[in-house]
Amino acid sequence: MALDAVFREHWARVLATLVGILGDIELAEEAAAEAFAIAAERWPRDGEPANPNAWLVVTARNRAVDQLRRRRLLAEKTRLLARGLETAPEATMHDPPAFRDERLELIFTCCHPSLALEAQVALTLRTLGGLSTEEIALAFLVPPDTMSKRLTRAKRKIRDAGIPFAVPPDHQLPDRLAAVLAVVYLIFNEGWGGGRVDLAAEAIHLARALTDLMPDEGEVLALLALMLLHDARRAARFRDGRLVLLDDQDRSLWDAGQIDEGRRVLQRALARGTAGPYAIQAAIADLHLRQPRDWRQIAALYDVLARRTGSPVVEMNRAVAIAELEGPEAALAILDRLDLGQYRYFHSTRADLLRRAGRTAEAERAYRRALELTRTAPERRFLETRLAELRPPAEG
Amino acid sequence: MQYALLIYGGDPDAPPDRPMDEAVAAVLARPYVTGWARLHAAGSATTVRAGEAGMLLTDGPFVDSKEFLAGLVMIEADDLDGALAVAAELQETREGGAIEVRPLREGCPRGA
Repeated sequence: MALDAVFREHWARVLATLVGILGDIELAEEAAAEAFAIAAERWPRDGEPANPNAWLVVTARNRAVDQLRRRRLLAEKTRLLARGLETAPEATMHDPPAFRDERLELIFTCCHPSLALEAQVALTLRTLGGLSTEEIALAFLVPPDTMSKRLTRAKRKIRDAGIPFAVPPDHQLPDRLAAVLAVVYLIFNEGWGGGRVDLAAEAIHLARALTDLMPDEGEVLALLALMLLHDARRAARFRDGRLVLLDDQDRSLWDAGQIDEGRRVLQRALARGTAGPYAIQAAIADLHLRQPRDWRQIAALYDVLARRTGSPVVEMNRAVAIAELEGPEAALAILDRLDLGQYRYFHSTRADLLRRAGRTAEAERAYRRALELTRTAPERRFLETRLAELRPPAEG
Repeated sequence: MQYALLIYGGDPDAPPDRPMDEAVAAVLARPYVTGWARLHAAGSATTVRAGEAGMLLTDGPFVDSKEFLAGLVMIEADDLDGALAVAAELQETREGGAIEVRPLREGCPRGA
């Protein structure tokens, strides 16, 4: 079911409340879809109700109760009975009860570490993002049937294994929040490299919701800032279907308003005393947008981040900054210590450093290896252009 | 909810009369543990299968691998997080192996 903008803004909240009431995501989703279909028919005719969220929840809950009755499962649904759930007559809906926002509970359920990462990502996009199964399948280049099975299996595991619908207790919160943020950032990065369904916008939308729900978490703000700052360069990143590197980008195409917002959000994050991995990355992203670039500070921040995360990809990025400060050979020495042979950007980065070091034959081999691993057309065209530009230095 | 903790692996050459670890015994004595079993080594298993000419017996476990089922603990927990916490506590007392946490569909725990 495709949700237009109006429905889209209600979907996650309505669904979360229903999961809280019904204790089952599958059932809640079916009921919510029915309620949205009824609204699509009635609202244009009768006008939007005073409290659309409550109207949708009550309507969906009534459908779910009917559905349970039909399945003769009501007696088993002790959770429903315990809450004294009865079908509310729709006539009384001019004064519906206010429902608690339970989106946070829902996202922690969807990003529970007992679910496979790909299931966490798909569930989050479906439940919190309101994307259809077909849209998610398209975004991750899998057949809709495969995605549908993945979602169904995950929803059933949540129910059968008793994955809690709750915000984790304080001692677990840092780890579990990190898992949620990792899912959101993974969604963003899928959109960043590919540009299929607008996953980058989805991820920013999710992060905005999270900052509303957890306004005091610095790392949530920092992740939003990081994505806003990256995404602000979106219009300049491709030209004629070819990837354009930051130095060659037309800065007039950068979204100045979004950069300002990203910087303000980053300041709010830093004001909360966070120096977590997303805050550091957002600070680096900010430095990359300034002219001239302060490579010394960029290298220093990558160094902090590399120590913090132990990530070889971060170490590779530090090497890029080192190349600006000490030359390509110093950077290549760092790259030689990294085990990133399957990572496409490792080979394109190495190729560029080899080219700048005048090691043309090695650069050519590295570009070819990067081409083998590249998945998107704009990246391929960029690498092919670079490869074609490699000339033996005979003319000079 | 009821969960079964399936205890895998561990040391296949451990002597069969080795006493239970004290930390494990302490966990098993808790009220939310509704049943448990320590199994003899996988080599002591006999597997029963329906064959074309009646029941077929084979010497050894059903799944013949390095990962063998060593024991079983049944617990009551509020939700999966509760069950995972118990599994983590048990696993901390062990060297190697792993614990698979499975929700019970139906069962007959002690006292039921």
